[in-house]
Amino acid sequence: MSERVLMELRKITDLIWEIPKQADMRVPAIVYASSRLLESVKKDLTLQQARNVACLPGIQRMSYVMPDGHQGYGFPIGGVAAFDMDEGIISPGGVGYDINCGVRLLRTDFNEQDIAARRKELLAEIFKEVPAGVGKGGITRLSRSVLKDILTRGAEWAVENGYGTRDDLLMTEEGGRMIEADPAHVSDRALERGIPQLGTLGAGNHFLEIQKVSHVYDQDLARVFGLSGVGQVMVMIHCGSRGLGHQVASDYIELMENKLGTKGLPDRELIHAPIRSPLGQQYYRSMCAAVNYAFANRQLIAHWVRDVFAKVMGSAKGMRQVYDVCHNVAKFEKHTIAGEAREVCVHRKGATRSFGPGRREIPEAYRAKGQPVIIPGSMGTASYLLVGTAGAEELSFSSTAHGAGRVMSRHEALRRFRGEQIRDELQKKGIELRSASWKGVAEEAAAAYKDVDEVVRVSHEVGIGRLVARVVPVGVMKG
Amino acid sequence: MSERFRFLDHTSDAKFQAYGRTLEEAFANAALATVSLMWDPAAVEKMLDHPVAVQGRDLEQLLVRFLGEVIYLFETRSLFVAAVDDLKIEKATEGFRLRAVFRGDDRPARYAIFGHVKAVTYNEMRIDQGCPVTVQVVVDV
Repeated sequence: MSERVLMELRKITDLIWEIPKQADMRVPAIVYASSRLLESVKKDLTLQQARNVACLPGIQRMSYVMPDGHQGYGFPIGGVAAFDMDEGIISPGGVGYDINCGVRLLRTDFNEQDIAARRKELLAEIFKEVPAGVGKGGITRLSRSVLKDILTRGAEWAVENGYGTRDDLLMTEEGGRMIEADPAHVSDRALERGIPQLGTLGAGNHFLEIQKVSHVYDQDLARVFGLSGVGQVMVMIHCGSRGLGHQVASDYIELMENKLGTKGLPDRELIHAPIRSPLGQQYYRSMCAAVNYAFANRQLIAHWVRDVFAKVMGSAKGMRQVYDVCHNVAKFEKHTIAGEAREVCVHRKGATRSFGPGRREIPEAYRAKGQPVIIPGSMGTASYLLVGTAGAEELSFSSTAHGAGRVMSRHEALRRFRGEQIRDELQKKGIELRSASWKGVAEEAAAAYKDVDEVVRVSHEVGIGRLVARVVPVGVMKG
Repeated sequence: MSERFRFLDHTSDAKFQAYGRTLEEAFANAALATVSLMWDPAAVEKMLDHPVAVQGRDLEQLLVRFLGEVIYLFETRSLFVAAVDDLKIEKATEGFRLRAVFRGDDRPARYAIFGHVKAVTYNEMRIDQGCPVTVQVVVDV
């Protein structure tokens, strides 16, 4: 299972590669990558995992790997697959442990000169207001019943309780709430892990950045998404469903193993249940609850960031939400397959939905243009705003990349880098850094990641997500 | 004492092998390896004992559930594990049963935390009951 197998990889174009259907595969697998990105993909188990996904019951069309693809558990990170609602499956390993790990982008009316003298203070205040790192508690201890309310209503709960505005909900995937969520299927353990962590950034690759727009590729779209031009200050929040989401994933992997057994699975993390089976439905409803927790989490953090801007800059006016996207999720969506519009269960694991113009899921203000796609870079590097395309429907079930994707182990990064040294280097580039852990900073060194510029270039050229603007950090808070 | 555990390279997460003369010892060392990604177990006072009991349909699931206890008790009870004592694994009607005692402290202010293990996975998991017994685990960090 974990041995790398040499497999045939057929070049379709410079950026599209196919693993032809063979042995147990029900469909071929497609990898979107430049030859440079492909080299790193070949070094781990990504291709093998894409092939394993292609063997799952009810898979439609292809098993896809996005340009930032790398080895995951079960599905590769950057893996996208859609399954037939009747014959298909749902798999916790196709969503990932950090359910609705995602990104929220806020615009501001400030430009870089406005905040230049206050940058340090802004970051210090945000660091004070937003709990980050390991074991840092969130908002005052929640009762179990309030937590269940949050799992049911997501960011709506947060807005109703004074954190943010109704407009934030409009500019969030699913309106900040997946309505199928049912906390009754979430275990006590998951609830217990969720109680102390709501409103926290967490550790690992999660971050909060104050950024400035460094390049605009598409003026018209940038304007529609609320961008005024180069130098404009933005805020990006990258975090997920914390321990609660991880526990939901672990719980349902175990429940599915106990119910359905592990025989014949090429990889134990590929355990799955039929979508319409009771267990498949329970996982889906619990996953939706974890998605809602993450939406509420980012809603609270965004609210505190606005509070800090109001305090330090005198105003948070104009700090509207551009959008909030999920990176780890399974959803029931309508797609056209072989000329027929059908509902399928799309798994996106480390991938961003990229609906093109016209989809009713897109907020009205953007609907004629396409859905904003937010792709964070690694710590201290550029991040990107893209737009979904009509072509992505056919190419990737309306999905594109979600980030840079690691190329170096944390262990190796720790051998090579020191957190304090990275802070000094960033400072020379005009980027302030605050972190709960220097070790965490070293682990997340930009050199440990793929080149995000290359990832978005492939997305743009393949046509699964088109470039709108590039942003670079001026202040980084790492969990 | 011979090596208890060793970290191996893994692109996105943390992978380790833990060793023991017995399966029990290897499992206990796997818990210490997990803990050592978050804090220094040698620095934690052994103030309290916390018994744990888990079941698994096979040894792999038993290991995932056992290591999951370390994360769960840290996140919900602030338990910093310093040592694992009296670990016993026995056959149960279906699969295996494990009992052990975590020794450690629940006063978070006293200890430096430098990482977070969020989940235990089956990815590349191996349980080799040779000599020494070796268990290999990838944890999500």
